[in-house]
Amino acid sequence: MCLAIPMKVLEVKGEEGDFLNPPLAVVEASGLKKEVRLDIVDRFPSEGDFLIVHAGFAIHTLSEAEAKESLKALEEMAKGV
Amino acid sequence: MFEIDSGFKDKELSRALLRGIEKEFKSPVRFMEVCGTHTMSIFRYGIRGLLPEGLFLVSGPGCPVCVTSQGDIDLIIELSKEPEIIISTFGDLLRVPGSRGSLMDERARGSQVNVVYSPSESLEICKKTPEKEVVFIAIGFETTVPTVAATILEARAKGIKNFSILCLHKTMPEALRTLLEDEELGVNGLLAPGHVSAIIGARPYRMLSREFNMPIVIAGFEPADILQGILLLLRQLNDGRADVQNGYKRAVPEEGNLRALSLIKEVFEPCESTWRGLGKIEGSGLRLKEEYGEFDAMKRFGLSPNPSREPKACLCGEIIKAKATPLECPLFKRACTPLSPVGPCMVSSEGTCSAFYKYGLL
Ligand code: SF4
Repeated sequence: MCLAIPMKVLEVKGEEGDFLNPPLAVVEASGLKKEVRLDIVDRFPSEGDFLIVHAGFAIHTLSEAEAKESLKALEEMAKGV
Repeated sequence: MFEIDSGFKDKELSRALLRGIEKEFKSPVRFMEVCGTHTMSIFRYGIRGLLPEGLFLVSGPGCPVCVTSQGDIDLIIELSKEPEIIISTFGDLLRVPGSRGSLMDERARGSQVNVVYSPSESLEICKKTPEKEVVFIAIGFETTVPTVAATILEARAKGIKNFSILCLHKTMPEALRTLLEDEELGVNGLLAPGHVSAIIGARPYRMLSREFNMPIVIAGFEPADILQGILLLLRQLNDGRADVQNGYKRAVPEEGNLRALSLIKEVFEPCESTWRGLGKIEGSGLRLKEEYGEFDAMKRFGLSPNPSREPKACLCGEIIKAKATPLECPLFKRACTPLSPVGPCMVSSEGTCSAFYKYGLL
């Protein structure tokens, strides 16, 4: 049920804290496009950010730079073994 | 397009990490992957088979449907028989056998059971069928709970009256504590769940690690994430340390997801919960707060908890505690298959029996 792949934000619709019209993001990963809710995400995303999604809701926002950084840290670690 | 996680699938990277694991591996160890999604990844990528002999991975209590007690499963199935009720549920619950039949069987007999991908879809069902009561079966850990909290807040804001939840949520740290208190557990380190941790952060593990002198690494779900987790656990053991390390920083902030945590706190409060295999654990469940009592299906329909009696011969309860493997179950692949499952661990894609069945022993 947990989708591990972060999905890229193409568009953000709506405002933070609006429960009547909860904010949404249009996201894409591996050619799959969909809308996800932003009510519970830790940092409100902007276009170009990535979202980790669970049961139709984004739970975490990360920037491309953050993702690259964590990959680099892992590569460094692998080099060090 | 830049695929953000493809780097973590890189074969060279995984090979290098495996070499590291081989170098650090000194004597037999058992690590528990707590999360059902980890179990799925580990089997899908054949990771158990790549590890040095004597380094064992065992699955823990991280499959939400699997740890739901038999009494609660029976309660759900009973509820589905009410003609005015529409059940809204995640798909992996459908085939889970109750004491008499499953939700799927009830659906075949005319019960209304809707599979949803997100709890919020339940509100659309409410709108379409105002003459019916829609009950969402709220099973899941800390990752799922805030999605249900948001759905309840939305229902309240929109004045939706025919929506309620059967609240069976469970929380991970208390269950881990119960597991770790068991001196026969025989586990040398924990791979902590990625997305539960994205919500609760690293802090809840720190106390557990200190108290039980247990190395804990939070890990993501790609092959390199999992291998890195194992490598970090081995290093802690070799250094004689027991810390909490975050190997999934791209998803897990130290303090967790504050917005989600505050929504959980707004709507829910801790309570006792009954786990399959582990029994009753104080503070390991969540119930709706008084102010949100109108959304509680137990109250709305005057339900009372069913006493649990787990199916005889099924070892799910032991498997959840890493005390048995599916291979020790006499029913595995004989009376129990994904098409006619006896226990929940064979039903859910995150269940250990289902993983063993699908991928065999590698
Ligand atoms: S194989 Fe079936 S009966 Fe045996 S433990 Fe697994 S789910 Fe239960």
